[in-house]
Amino acid sequence: MTTTLRQETRHTISVLVDNEAGVLARVIGLFSGRGYNIESLTVAEVDLREKLSRITIVTIGTPMIIEQIKAQLGRLVPVQKVSDLTAEGPHVERELALIKVKGVGETRREALQIADIFRARVVDSTHESFVFEIVGNTGKLDAFITLMEPLGLIEISRTGVVAIARGSQPL
Amino acid sequence: MTQEQLNGSQILLRALADQGADVVFGYPGGVVLPLYDELFKQNAVRHVLVRHEQGAVHAAEGYARSTGKVGVVLVTSGPGATNTVTGLTDALLDSTPLVCLTGQVPTSLIGNDAFQEADTTGITRSCTKHNYLVKDVTQLARTLHEAFHVARSGRPGPVLVDLPKDVLTAVGPYLSPQAVRHKSYHPRVRGDASAITETVRLMAQARRPLFYGGGGIINSGPQAAERLTQLVHATGFPITLTLMGLGAVPAHDPHFLGMVGMHGTYEANMAMHDCDLMLCIGARFDDRVTGKVSAFSPHSRKVHVDIDPSSINKNVMVDIPIIGDVGTVLEDMMQAWRALAPRPDRALLNPWWNVIEEWRARQCLKFEETDRVIKPQRVIRSLYEATRGRDVYVCTEVGQHQMWAAQHFGFDEPRRWMTSGGLGTMGFGLPAAIGAQMAHPDSLVIDIAGEASIMMNIQEMATAVQHRLPVKVFIINNRYMGMVRQWQELLYGGRYSESYSATLPDFVKLAEAFGWTGFKVEKADALDAVLKTALDAPGPVIVDVVVDSSENCFPMIPAGAAHNEILLGPADETGREPGNEEGMVLI
Ligand SMILES: Cc1ncc(C[n+]2csc(CCOP(=O)(O)OP(=O)(O)O)c2C)c(N)n1
Ligand SMILES: [Mg+2]
Repeated sequence: MTTTLRQETRHTISVLVDNEAGVLARVIGLFSGRGYNIESLTVAEVDLREKLSRITIVTIGTPMIIEQIKAQLGRLVPVQKVSDLTAEGPHVERELALIKVKGVGETRREALQIADIFRARVVDSTHESFVFEIVGNTGKLDAFITLMEPLGLIEISRTGVVAIARGSQPL
Repeated sequence: MTQEQLNGSQILLRALADQGADVVFGYPGGVVLPLYDELFKQNAVRHVLVRHEQGAVHAAEGYARSTGKVGVVLVTSGPGATNTVTGLTDALLDSTPLVCLTGQVPTSLIGNDAFQEADTTGITRSCTKHNYLVKDVTQLARTLHEAFHVARSGRPGPVLVDLPKDVLTAVGPYLSPQAVRHKSYHPRVRGDASAITETVRLMAQARRPLFYGGGGIINSGPQAAERLTQLVHATGFPITLTLMGLGAVPAHDPHFLGMVGMHGTYEANMAMHDCDLMLCIGARFDDRVTGKVSAFSPHSRKVHVDIDPSSINKNVMVDIPIIGDVGTVLEDMMQAWRALAPRPDRALLNPWWNVIEEWRARQCLKFEETDRVIKPQRVIRSLYEATRGRDVYVCTEVGQHQMWAAQHFGFDEPRRWMTSGGLGTMGFGLPAAIGAQMAHPDSLVIDIAGEASIMMNIQEMATAVQHRLPVKVFIINNRYMGMVRQWQELLYGGRYSESYSATLPDFVKLAEAFGWTGFKVEKADALDAVLKTALDAPGPVIVDVVVDSSENCFPMIPAGAAHNEILLGPADETGREPGNEEGMVLI
């Protein structure tokens, strides 16, 4: 039992917040101030009328730490809802990446083939490079990047994870 | 209906009045001059001019903790704001409701490194419960009312509102407090009924139960303390309190085992270790209470009542969490207990009480007295005796004297004891006493001080004189930062590095220089007479009590040790291994 209590797991947490000045700084300050991990964090306004933003945080911690993270987030005054998608059932996670790859000669064709398999789209191309756009879960993006590396990977830009629960219920 | 139009400063003063804030502790400066000008023209809100902004915050804490109201601070931008940081952190850790109003450079200059500009909301984000920067006068009234609501509801705490100069002069509408409701901040008050039923079921079966109460009871209000005392009597269970909870049940109540924790009583700490049911009411399993977490109360089921969900399972895993206001939960608990039939048999608790009485018989707070020197504990005891039955409020600074005050001064009511618990801020006591005296002009307000701590906000002596606040300061003068010296003795081979209080002022002359009355006492047989004279003197008084400089504070659970490894006195420390790393880190 003690091993499971000590075991660190990855959790995707959705936080609905009032979109007011400083709210992101509060959330990030909470994580840095208390020494919690942030694997990825995304934020955007999702309800213009009510001025609500949704923050998706991927974090890693023991069950006790994950509980603390949720409770501490819930305690912030502008936070309306905290939902641990990982704990609360099936959900969908997606990430988007833009990936710049050097492509001349043989490697050019190979890069395009791999992109095809991964359903990555070419959004920019020059005589010696491509920019691919790829959408998927974190694992798929990681795999694509690994394959691009030997072919001449130049630069990566990733959004971080956004996530939503399956089914008809809102957060 | 046309809304009344006022300028920002008028809106602010109106909001303070509507929120019942009749006293503001503050210090003026450039950007808050419009507000000070409005202040000049009215009488509803009284302003107490402090001598350093840290003093303003501690004074507001003393005011808040002795009344249960929100304390209000008003300071200028830049250095005025940064000087409040220690006080705000202190209030955050001790859950004290404050609203701190800081001036800011005009909105057009924000971000320009303007004169006396500081990123106040950025700096104070982690030391406030919440903070606001008001950029538009139309949002001012709403923000102020919200600030008061957030400060006093749920787990109370300090809230800061940053006010650019142009917002203080711009004209806008005033909204009454009733017109404002926060979108999302609605802390839970009522505890889960089934958890309460389950708790009462465990209570009926327990053989070695113990209440462990904290500052949450004080914050919930006098009713919570009354209900807890009733529940203690109805159940016959023993109770211990944290440093922050003292006064939640009367100190003389036979069910009270004294304070728990690092310098708590032997009986309280042993009972924590050996109990089979721990009922934690408004306390937070702080490291100064739990000692070594892995050895903390190994055989007990634990119930935790707290208004702050983040306090649950933070340091110690509990069996039944109950999120809600302590006073409300205690009322429900009392009803559930009364409804329980057949009545639990109180005789079942006899073996437990017998063990407790054996622990009590060790008389862990006993100290050796000689007529050669005054013992610091004797000063506190004599002060307690001399003020018994009087309407008295006690503040402290931080160190050994603080722990001796907690151990030897008895508090029979909540809100009578104000000490810096979570942050341990030297310099808290004098300004806090000034704030408490401001709220209770006819009561006796005492600061029990150390000669090192008192120097940290000594300038506030002038504040007391200006506002005719007759606070009484008793300096337990051991010529050392005693608590530091004690740790150096126990953990660092007696190498007293920088802990000697060198070049102390003559406190009697200092008193006179500020317009106070000063006394000094060195002889044990003169102590009582001097204390009495000082307590009866009309204005503010300092008494410099020269005490034994080598006395250590016991009992003591060395940091990183378990409750049953408590040291009772000097005899216990000889032959002890020097402390471990964890202990060293914790000071
Ligand atoms: C602002 C601040 N600085 C440093 C400390 C560390 N500290 C804790 S107790 C103490 C000594 C206090 O000395 P004194 O006021 O004489 O009290 P005594 O322990 O001698 O009773 C110190 C330096 C602190 N708590 N607060
Ligand atoms: Mg001292």
